[in-house]
Formats: sequence, C-alpha cells, structure tokens
Amino acid sequence: MEQIETFLAMGEHGAFIWPAYGLTAAVMIGFTVSSLRDLSARRKALRALEAAMPEHGRRGGEAAP
Amino acid sequence: MMFHRFANPTRFLRLADRVLPWSVLLTAGPLAVGLYLALFVAPPDYQQGESVRIMYVHVPAAWMALFVYTNIAIASAVALIWRHPLADLAAKASSPIGAGFTFLALATGSLWGKPMWGAWWVWDARLTSVLVLFFLYLGHMALMNAFDDPTRGRRAAAILALVGFVNVPIIKFSVEWWNTLHQPASVLRLDGPTIHPDMLWPLLLMAIGFTFYYVTLLLIRLKSELIGARVRVLSMSDLSAR
Repeated sequence: MEQIETFLAMGEHGAFIWPAYGLTAAVMIGFTVSSLRDLSARRKALRALEAAMPEHGRRGGEAAP
Repeated sequence: MMFHRFANPTRFLRLADRVLPWSVLLTAGPLAVGLYLALFVAPPDYQQGESVRIMYVHVPAAWMALFVYTNIAIASAVALIWRHPLADLAAKASSPIGAGFTFLALATGSLWGKPMWGAWWVWDARLTSVLVLFFLYLGHMALMNAFDDPTRGRRAAAILALVGFVNVPIIKFSVEWWNTLHQPASVLRLDGPTIHPDMLWPLLLMAIGFTFYYVTLLLIRLKSELIGARVRVLSMSDLSAR
C-alpha cells in the first residue's frame, strides 16, 4: 500500500504528473470515440439511403461495411 | 500519376481498410510499452525529479502539433496546385487532431512549468508561438465551415494554412533565436541528442505511438468524410427524383 502511495505521490509532483497523463488520455480517447461514432452514423445513413434507392442509383459508395 | 490513383474514393477506402489494423497495432504497441517505461522504468531527472515524466506526453504532443500542421500545409498546397480531391479532406480531417495535440502541449507544458518555473504561463518565444499555432488551427477549422460554398471555405483555409506555416520554423528555432525560459532542443539537434537513452527510448516510443494514433484517426475521419460526401450526393439525387 505504501509503495502504491509513494508511486502515486511521484516525489510530491504527482499533483502535476497525473493530471497531465489524465488530460492526454481524455483528449485522445475522446477524439477516437467521437470519430468512430461519426463514422458509424454516416455508414448507417448511407446504408439507409442505398436501401431506399432503386438498383440503378446505387453506384460507387463504400467498398466494405 | 500514382498519387491520383487514390483520388478514387472507393479505391482509397479499400486502402484505408487494409492499412487501419496495422496502424492500430502500431499505435497501441508503442504506446503501451512507452507508457510502461515512462512511468515505471525511466529514472527521475537529477534536477527536475519525477516531474520529468510529464516530458513523455508533453514532447510527443508538441512534436505532433508541428507534424500535423506541416501535413495540413502540404495537403493545402496539393489541393490548391493539383486540386487532388482527397487533399482538402485530409486537411479538414487533420485540423481538429492537430488542435488537440497543440492544446495538450500547452496544458501539459503548464503542468510541467508550474513546479519547475513556478509559473503556469510565461510569454516567452516558445510558448507564445505555440499559442499562435493553436489559434491558427482554430482559424483553419473556422474557415473550413465559414462559407455556404464549401469550396470557398476549403480554399480560404488552405491559404491560411500555407501562410501560417511560417510559424513552424519560428516555433522550432524560438529557443535558439530568443532568450527563452523554455529549455533548448535536446533530441532533434545537429550534433545528436543530449538526452540519456533511458529517457530517449520511452520518449521515442511515445512519439511513434502518437504518430500512428494520428494516422489511425486520420484514416477513420477520411473514411467518414468520403461516406458523408456520398450521403450528400444520394440525398440530393433522392430529392431531385421526387
């Protein structure tokens, strides 16, 4: 337990080090989630439009789902 | 020209799907090992103590801020000169990522500066020029969406990106040209790095992880842009058919 506390304290600089890593993780994970959600929403919209269109209208588009 | 082979969206999407799994691996692997070395193995600095561990996120973020902007400038030049259809989309997809890295460089830099310099912020050449870079990213993103005609927005953003590129060497050489509080370069120097290998390896691994993170995100966002363009085309032809 004491080892964990010492590790987290990081020589009294823990209050600066952990927020730096936390902020980095938050921004990078946030961007990833947001980009994947956006891609998923657009794929869904494309599938819906292509399903609603007659066969001759479905040219080009996504190569793989 | 091989470059123009990938102007075809379907061909590019197929390439993106093949590259993405490797890009994800090259993101996760180096980041995992780099983080482990940075937090558990790398020694504290003899002057800065444990706070030097902030370097392993601050420096890669700063490098990426410059690297992404350079990519945007190149994409903008390609878009303006050769009108390559993916170049504008690459610039548009890259801008928020670059802004994110610049924000992280500034924020983690503040968190490092407070214990070391006793200040969250100083108006020295390096910090100020990176803040200008952050505003350039925001301006680029705003211009992209500022016009009803997207082509005009992309053109204006491309011009801003190229004009703003002068800031990149200013940032790089600011610690040499001016008397700055920010420390001089210790890795990318003509006479080699001055940083110890025990610190250099985790730093380089984190930088590789950050770079492939950008590649991964760029591919995802480009896929998204291309699919979005297809959705708009189909929506318009659907409307005109009614």
